[in-house]
Amino acid sequence: LRFRLPRGDTILKILLAAAALFIIGLVIGLAVELYLGSASSIFKFGPSFLVGSKWQPTNNVFNALPFIYGTLLTSAIAIVIGFPISLGIAIFISEKLKSHQTFGYLLGTIVDLLAAVPSVIYGLWGVFVLIPLLRDYVEKPLHNSLGFISLFSGHPFGYDFLTAGVILAIMIIPTMSAVSRDVLSVVPNSQREAMYSLGATDWEVTQKSVLPYAKSGLFGAFILGLGRAFGETMAVTMVIGNIPTISSSLFSPGATLSSIIANEFSESSGIFQSALIEIGLILFFVALLINGLARLLLWRMTRGTQVKA
Amino acid sequence: LRGVVVTTKSNLPTSISLWRKIVNKLMTILVIIAVVLAVIPLLLILGDVFVRGAPAISIGFLTHLPTAPNVPGGGIANAIVGTFTMVGIAALISVPIGVGAGIFFSEWATSKISTVSSFMNDVLTGFPSIVLGLFVFVIIILPTKQFSAFAGGIALSFVMLPIIARTTGESLKLVPMTLREASMALGIPRWKTVLRIVIGTGKNGLLTGILLAVARATGETAPILLTASTSIYFAKSIFQPTASLTVFIYNYATSPYASWQTQAWGAALVLILIMLGLNLLVKLTIGRNLTGTRLEL
Repeated sequence: LRFRLPRGDTILKILLAAAALFIIGLVIGLAVELYLGSASSIFKFGPSFLVGSKWQPTNNVFNALPFIYGTLLTSAIAIVIGFPISLGIAIFISEKLKSHQTFGYLLGTIVDLLAAVPSVIYGLWGVFVLIPLLRDYVEKPLHNSLGFISLFSGHPFGYDFLTAGVILAIMIIPTMSAVSRDVLSVVPNSQREAMYSLGATDWEVTQKSVLPYAKSGLFGAFILGLGRAFGETMAVTMVIGNIPTISSSLFSPGATLSSIIANEFSESSGIFQSALIEIGLILFFVALLINGLARLLLWRMTRGTQVKA
Repeated sequence: LRGVVVTTKSNLPTSISLWRKIVNKLMTILVIIAVVLAVIPLLLILGDVFVRGAPAISIGFLTHLPTAPNVPGGGIANAIVGTFTMVGIAALISVPIGVGAGIFFSEWATSKISTVSSFMNDVLTGFPSIVLGLFVFVIIILPTKQFSAFAGGIALSFVMLPIIARTTGESLKLVPMTLREASMALGIPRWKTVLRIVIGTGKNGLLTGILLAVARATGETAPILLTASTSIYFAKSIFQPTASLTVFIYNYATSPYASWQTQAWGAALVLILIMLGLNLLVKLTIGRNLTGTRLEL
């Protein structure tokens, strides 16, 4: 009996550890296979892949800069619109609704549902509802009144950076607001009480004691939202126009790292396919960096509070 | 002395200036505007999908194969079957591995493998799904030169795996340590304690994670697009190109035909009903008292 019992433990531990190791192996495998898949493109174009602006499948010339630009610009639009709104929701639920937990939970659930809507449905909605809406009520008025600014120049057509950025903003709000909410909810009440006892107003409590305390966690939420915006594929593919462009106009069609893969992969072969896989490799490293950073920030935040509690 | 105390007290309330009051009110209003701005798109999207999708749905739409543009009677039967097939394959692969890894994260939390793996797992959760699709394309489609439901299922299993592992780990960590100690004190070996006591207590959380992962996989497009492609027929085996609801919506929404676009809305309604059904089920029944089990994390 004494020998049988540890054996069961060992078998279980080995099986479970194998499952855990599988995850590590998967991440390493991803890097290796994407590298192998893109090797011919990496050797042919070298570092110029990242800095050149030409994408000409007919001439076998491939550079990724237009897509890096498109990804950065659309993500920036998404963050500028989405982060303040997410922070607002988090403050509303965790500070204003503190004494109405049920209502706060309900509102949180509704916002969470936004995250459950599949990307392709955002895209469908974007094509048939958001594009006409933005084109007629935002882009055309802006173009007519402020068209001399390069940001609003060009031809407001609807399939452009701005629409992609707005769709992304809607899609990252649930992620950012959920994490911000969690972060604000672990701020100890003593922080708030100390501020109130000094005669502060509600906003001053939020601004001067809650937000600074939650700073690193909120930064984590910001980064996670950015990560989601970087990798989002289908909705962006459907509304951005998919023309590799570097333009200062928000009303110009463009393409992002992920949208170009989704849009052109099925028609690609040879070096063209290899170049698209290299774009995937870039996405892999960006995602690794961003998500790793966000997790470290959030881990530090939650671990710190556990120690205090 | 008594008089001094009274005067200090009476001075206090007047110290909140008008400006500070205005700022306070203004910020409250801004915060409420933020909430409204976030809820409007959700209502618009759900409303549009219902209003535009409902007319397209009929028994025939759910049971027929697709037809050519402007030929009436087209349906999404093969897409529904394809989606369930691929999510099924994905679940078969990801549930055992994900649950196993999750148990390891919780029960051997101090092990080095556990720390590294759970960190990698968190990173993997935030990965763009199209990268996972590319990975499966390189390891399966390139050598076999054949798009298939099998490859699509594998790609989806990588989407599900980190979600299942994470929720399993988080929910098992909530099982009180005293239960484990009580079980061990009765002489029950650790493996039995883990499998019967810990999993038995935390099984709701486990189920939540699996359901959330299934919902997420059902709504994925990009990985399937690169691995299973699509088809206008029922697939004869899992080693053939296979249609799915999401790729159907993508192809039909971006087509120039009005009849196809209407069908895209119909398929979107079917998809959203499946997804929201799964999510509400989780939220309303078992997910309520669990933290850290959100879909997007």
